[in-house]
Amino acid sequence: MPGGALKTERQAGDSRVLEIEDLRIEFETGAQAVPVLDGVSLDIGSGETVCLVGESGSGKTVTALAIARLLPCPPARYAGGRILVNGRDVLRMSARELRTIRGRVVSYVFQDPAVALNPVLRAGAQVRETLALHRPEAAHNDEVISLLRWVGIPAPELRIRDYPHQLSGGMQQRLMLAMALASHPRLLVADEPTTALDVTIQAQILELLRALRRQLNMSVLLITHNLGLVGEIADRVVVLYAGQIIEEAPARELLSRPRHPYTRALMKSVPELGRDAPRLDAIPGSVPRLGDWPAGCRFHPRCPMARPDCSREAPALASVAPHQRVRCRFWDHAP
Amino acid sequence: MSLLSVRSLSIRFPVHRGWWRAPSRFVHAVDDVSFDLAAGETVGLVGESGCGKTTLGRAVVRLIAPTAGAIEFGGIDLASLKPGQLRPVRRRLQMIFQDPFGSLNPCLTVGQIIGEALDIHGLARTRTARRARVGALLDHVGLAPADARRYPREFSGGQRQRIGIARALAVEPELIVCDEPVSALDVSVQAQVVNLLHDLQREHGLAYLFIAHDLALIEHLSRRILVMYLGRVVEAGDTKAVCRAPAHPYTQALLSAVPRLDPSANQRRIVLTGEVPSPITPPSGCRFHPRCPMAEPRCRHAVPALGEISSGRWAACHLVGAGNRMAMLECLV
Repeated sequence: MPGGALKTERQAGDSRVLEIEDLRIEFETGAQAVPVLDGVSLDIGSGETVCLVGESGSGKTVTALAIARLLPCPPARYAGGRILVNGRDVLRMSARELRTIRGRVVSYVFQDPAVALNPVLRAGAQVRETLALHRPEAAHNDEVISLLRWVGIPAPELRIRDYPHQLSGGMQQRLMLAMALASHPRLLVADEPTTALDVTIQAQILELLRALRRQLNMSVLLITHNLGLVGEIADRVVVLYAGQIIEEAPARELLSRPRHPYTRALMKSVPELGRDAPRLDAIPGSVPRLGDWPAGCRFHPRCPMARPDCSREAPALASVAPHQRVRCRFWDHAP
Repeated sequence: MSLLSVRSLSIRFPVHRGWWRAPSRFVHAVDDVSFDLAAGETVGLVGESGCGKTTLGRAVVRLIAPTAGAIEFGGIDLASLKPGQLRPVRRRLQMIFQDPFGSLNPCLTVGQIIGEALDIHGLARTRTARRARVGALLDHVGLAPADARRYPREFSGGQRQRIGIARALAVEPELIVCDEPVSALDVSVQAQVVNLLHDLQREHGLAYLFIAHDLALIEHLSRRILVMYLGRVVEAGDTKAVCRAPAHPYTQALLSAVPRLDPSANQRRIVLTGEVPSPITPPSGCRFHPRCPMAEPRCRHAVPALGEISSGRWAACHLVGAGNRMAMLECLV
């Protein structure tokens, strides 16, 4: 069985749920292959919450989908690297093995629950379907109702008869969470789970995620463009820019002392309550398009600290402290 | 004198249940809203989805006809104008939309998009004058005059929003309604557009009605703020004062829910229970009472009026002045 050897290797006291090593993904467009992820490595320990922060086109959603090999191939192509879930390489699994991972070990919650839910199935039926696949002995209405109650849906006995369009955005996202958690997964991948929601509902969902994570000792990979969420929920943060990790640090460390010029600039560019500034420190230019990444350091055209070297030599992701990596050769220079 | 003065504005949309029946129910999108906006001033309008902020913004430029109330712009009542009479007023009144992809015609070049505004209002007599004006406008918003020949699809989101801003500026308006102008943009580009709006205001003395759900952004841009909940204004006043010491329980909850970058900003979090009720059947009394952590029996029956609680500070809550004042003082210390 492919990956079998790896499994025994990993059994010796390793509690890492997910390990991504040097992952490269390309999208084939006609004759050429456009790189989307360029050597991404990250791991998540048991019970840990990691935030993957990036803007559009940085590769954060592609990373998320790659974990359970959900990217359609073609156009996507796994060009290199390994993705170990519970120590087994997802990229070498057969379709049958993948089914034992998807939804059972790794569950997903997506940004737009209105699109992710099946519009012609009642809420209860959708949760029951998940249960039938992963915990057939529990596929009955009592379990569905207790799951819905668990994620904070009021009057679940009535709500199971509702169609998704009869539920509000916040309730739809709770329903998605109930489906994702029905199988007691080890890793929950939440791709912008609160972006489509209002701030007061966002606060409710984050509160719920925190509570569930504690109860289940589940690992969470939270994908967001909003650095503000990092302080709310993350243990560790990974910042992506143009298909590469540019900074990785414990959440508190990153928020109080961001090292990479991009992270610093991003934090300074968003207005914050109670801060008095006539103008915002804007980052010039725009996010580079896919396949149009600058040579050298990919942030150099927009970087306030860029030097002539930066356009020629691509910096490596270097360790600067325990658990802290930065892709900038001048990270310790004052901005 | 104020440039824009909105008085007791209400907007209802009928809910049709079958084409042969007269509508029996209504969406109460905006209910009895009044405010003033002076020339060159920015008023921020904040609230969650469904609170009626976009409807209010659209009514101000008369894209939606109000059900009741008056919208006076420069002494003219927009609510009573006929479509033909609107055009000269619209020259002084423009709008920037949220979606930079949906708000630009994909079949027209950038030059045609901006030039259309000039043509409609007869602002460029010759083709050379038109081209020069379009070029100057593009330059003004940080694009190149040569971009006039390109199509919207060739631009990034931030650049497209600049095109939308250039189109609004083309007719030299006095008031621009900005409906979530940066929320669809990448985080790293938002600040550019915010700064551009800020600079244009100072140069041209523009007034903005700035609609957003992001309180921090509103605090940054606007001197005065209106907080809306389910079609009503629940709190209004100086932005800094409202953000420092919110009086209405809803504003307090909204502010406490904003995720902070600074981990030491140790805030008291108020997590509201439940969701925004349907504007078709809004709750009786205070519309916030089913979710309000401080609700009292009277909140269920009596509608709180928007009353002045201190100079220039308005709140619609029965409790402001009593227990809530304590919470306010606590925040002030």
